Amino acid sequence: MIWNAFAIALREISRNLTRAFLTVLGIFIGVAAIITMVTLGQGATLAVKAQISSLGSNLLTLRPGAGFGSRGSSAGVPNFTEKDAEILGEQIAAIAAITPVRTATLSTIYQSNARTSTITGTTPVYFQINKWTIADGRLFTDADLRSGSAVCVIGNTVRVELFGTENPVGASIRIGRASCEVIGLLATKGQAGMGDQDDTIIMPLSSLQRRLIGKTSEHSINQISISAQEGTESLALISDITEIMRIRRNLHSNQDNDFNIFDTRQIAETLGSTTQLMTMLLAAVAGVSLLVGGIGIMNIMLVSVTERTREIGIRLAIGATAGEVLLQFLIEAVTLSCIGGLLGILLAFALCYGLAQVIKVPFNFNAQINVIAFAFSAIVGVLFGYMPARRAAKLNPIDALRHE
Amino acid sequence: MSTAPLIELRGLTKTYGKGDAAFQALKGIDLTIHKGEFVAIMGPSGSGKSTLMNVLGCLDTLTTGSYKYEGIAVENLATDQRSLLRRYALGFIFQGFNLLARTSSLENVELPLLYRGMSRKDRHEKAVAALNSVGLTTKLNRTPGELSGGQQQRVAIARAIVTEPSTLFADEPTGNLDSVTTGDIMELLKRLNEDRGITVLMVTHDDHVATVAKRRVVIKDGLVESDITAPP
Repeated sequence: MIWNAFAIALREISRNLTRAFLTVLGIFIGVAAIITMVTLGQGATLAVKAQISSLGSNLLTLRPGAGFGSRGSSAGVPNFTEKDAEILGEQIAAIAAITPVRTATLSTIYQSNARTSTITGTTPVYFQINKWTIADGRLFTDADLRSGSAVCVIGNTVRVELFGTENPVGASIRIGRASCEVIGLLATKGQAGMGDQDDTIIMPLSSLQRRLIGKTSEHSINQISISAQEGTESLALISDITEIMRIRRNLHSNQDNDFNIFDTRQIAETLGSTTQLMTMLLAAVAGVSLLVGGIGIMNIMLVSVTERTREIGIRLAIGATAGEVLLQFLIEAVTLSCIGGLLGILLAFALCYGLAQVIKVPFNFNAQINVIAFAFSAIVGVLFGYMPARRAAKLNPIDALRHE
Repeated sequence: MSTAPLIELRGLTKTYGKGDAAFQALKGIDLTIHKGEFVAIMGPSGSGKSTLMNVLGCLDTLTTGSYKYEGIAVENLATDQRSLLRRYALGFIFQGFNLLARTSSLENVELPLLYRGMSRKDRHEKAVAALNSVGLTTKLNRTPGELSGGQQQRVAIARAIVTEPSTLFADEPTGNLDSVTTGDIMELLKRLNEDRGITVLMVTHDDHVATVAKRRVVIKDGLVESDITAPP
């Protein structure tokens, strides 16, 4: 009986290819849309997470001023000293690495190309804390730091704008009023939700202080970069740092902090949940498209119900039982839904693969969403294909035959 | 008539609707039909003749009374059992042909055999033979849309007789056809009745068509008005 029903169902599908095509199309588009959106959304989430972890997941940055916004103006607030960084490193065991940083914004020139760049003066530890690796040439060393030599490493954005396709390593660029040799090109990091990380020039702190800005006081450090030991509770670490810094900056107990601590882990969590929210939003949009596809199927099924009710009447009249007719309709609906679902999965795979290259997110095949979308489409198809038939098969044959 | 009756009706009624809107189409039909008869059921529009035909053909259910088909009490059968009775014993021809659209003559005729679980080869042979017997040897692969009304009705007849039913129910089989084609179809039904011994019950309002039948049952207002068998 089941093979008979199969034969009849397949024959019936091949007999009305337009109806079959429209049914399949509805499911096909819905499934492809939901899989593509969720897969790409998750790819984007992964990309953001990867970039955040390239920042250094246990990275804390100490800056003068009370924080962001109007209250956080650093005007009149003293900078840090190199000693501050040294003391923090000695006194807090949870700190894995610490380095003072001085940034300055200066014009940079190579031949006829000029741009304004942010110059970071620091120690070689900085590369380790911020997970910078070299793509070409070399990083500067403690020897460079001690001698204050005129060397720098540049990020990829700076290379593109100043050198174009030329090899920057070994070339001399003009930074402010001094000339400086490019000894290395940093490996690309990309955008990380907080600006272009590759737009950077890094040089020894001593070189920056002496050659570019002229050190005027001990308080010349405007940033301290800290990486915490693995597994450190960042709130405890922040409170330790705060305590020591308040003493070193002679703050009375009734005074607010005149420095702030920026914790990348918190940023990572915020960004992570934001992209997750976006993925859910995309999934919701895709879910609506699947629903619209389902309504399309329902439409086709309801439009064809007159013709199909007569067909059911004919089948009943020549001796089919209601069960046999229903089995046929069930098989038809399942077959069409499955074809639509499988085609949707194939299209989604192709779309995800292609779009992932275009919008530069990793393509990460998610079996779960494929299964969910497929199951949903099958349910929708079967429901709307089967339910009208169920009603018709319950009629007396003569009523089904006379159905207008 | 010495044989047991094929069809035996006692006090058959059929009511549509309920309460005030109820309409009694059949008001108590007593009728006995024997194997091998060719019966024309006649009567004016709305007399209940089609309703009677549908109840007899198990396409519709009766309201009260008894209906025995070869001794089986049809009123006690479940829906699926009525389906099986149609499958194995009854054949239908409708005024509107009721062929499956976009389906070849051959497949239309094979369909009842498919529900009987017959093998592909047997189905094909029997369907071709049935179509041959109605004179459609050259139209096996035509769909209903490519056939004339008379040809469509021949396909419908082939579909009805391919299962070798004991009774053939024809509801206004020539109602949509011209007079020449009508003659052909009636000749075909007559031959099936005489050569194969198939009992034929035919609803018609056309006196000329009814002359083929040996027995005429006239229904009026849901009751049998007259029942005349022509002398042999």
